Amino acid sequence: MIEFQLDAGSGVATYLQLVQQVHQALQLGLLKPGDQLPTAQQVVARLAINPNTVLKAYRDLEREGLVRARPGQGTFVVRTLPRTDPAAQARFLASMTEWLRSARSAGLGPDDIEAIYRTAFRDCFAEGVA
Amino acid sequence: MNAMIATSAVGKKYGRQWALRDCTLTIPAGKVVGLVGPNGAGKTTLLQLAAGLLTPTSGTITVLDGQPGTSPAQLARVGFVAQDAPAYARLSVAGHLRMGAWLNPDWDGAQAEHRIARLGLDPRQRAGSLSGGQRAQLALTMAVAKRPELILLDEPVASLDPLARREFLQSLMEVVAEQGTNVALSSHLVADLERVCDYLVVLAASRVQLAGEVSELLASHHRLSGPRRDPGTLPANQEVIEASHTDRQSTLLIRSDGPVLDPAWTVRPVSLDDLVLAYMSRARDAGNSRRPGLEVVR
Repeated sequence: MIEFQLDAGSGVATYLQLVQQVHQALQLGLLKPGDQLPTAQQVVARLAINPNTVLKAYRDLEREGLVRARPGQGTFVVRTLPRTDPAAQARFLASMTEWLRSARSAGLGPDDIEAIYRTAFRDCFAEGVA
Repeated sequence: MNAMIATSAVGKKYGRQWALRDCTLTIPAGKVVGLVGPNGAGKTTLLQLAAGLLTPTSGTITVLDGQPGTSPAQLARVGFVAQDAPAYARLSVAGHLRMGAWLNPDWDGAQAEHRIARLGLDPRQRAGSLSGGQRAQLALTMAVAKRPELILLDEPVASLDPLARREFLQSLMEVVAEQGTNVALSSHLVADLERVCDYLVVLAASRVQLAGEVSELLASHHRLSGPRRDPGTLPANQEVIEASHTDRQSTLLIRSDGPVLDPAWTVRPVSLDDLVLAYMSRARDAGNSRRPGLEVVR
């Protein structure tokens, strides 16, 4: 069973925070198929949030095919998210480090580098949205 | 049933002063609705209109598809907890429950006693000697035990300390989880409402400034910062709610139905608190600049 946390004032909708935490737990292997998610009542009792919000998060996860609600029993994980391949992670970490070193030797400071990263990140992911 | 509360150009005037005007809203059923706004914005008036304690000066209001306060059946469908959780100081907790049973046809006495026991209240204690948090819980118990479809609460946590506040909202959410009750509650603090509400109505200057699903409001508002520019040059689907400029930089709070693609902007999410404040200050500024104009028209 996982426990949800809330980051108040983050500007991220509460239901989305719950969805993201389940995604993360799946990616990290903390949740596996067959595991039960806390019931709406349990989440309400712990976080004092609106039960509709919990149900909205669970409906989203169900639509993604990650969990299934069994009437009268609860909501269960049915599929996991592929964990990122560790070899790929290491490869990209190495190339990123090399990129950062060359940026620094070209005279760029941490703020420049972060601005470039943010812009590139947004361009890359905005293409998928637009 | 499709709407919890539906109003059409509803207004309420006290003497020559409008407490609420031109209010058109459709709040879907099955929600926990927060009414936010500064003091005197019209929150209490809207709740009392919905409860049937007031009748509108103009326009119409329906609650759960019925006319507020027009029949015993409609009264039984709506529970109302007025500001500061009023209770009869000399009457015991048990006395309050007996009174509730007398006055309400569908009174759930077993549930009320269970709640009182779970809260650890002594049934023989007089309401006047309860703490603020306990009195609020008693008022909520009374409202819930009449088994309404909708509970209206006017500033239910304003006078409570942070712990009592949290416990009260938790009890309220447990009621929603167990009974699927519709809830509308008001507060002048967004922080009180952020966790519990999935629908928000912002009232200021006697008018509705903003209404919608909390998740949609958060997804459609962004904070942009970047090199100084004229807000008039933004794409048509981006509405500026708040803008501030230095000689080099512009910071905007915008409402947009699509993603912000302009790479010149740094885009950040907006907290619900900031979002509500932006709409409130926009309402105040509009009021200040509009007033002379209105006098000329009249």
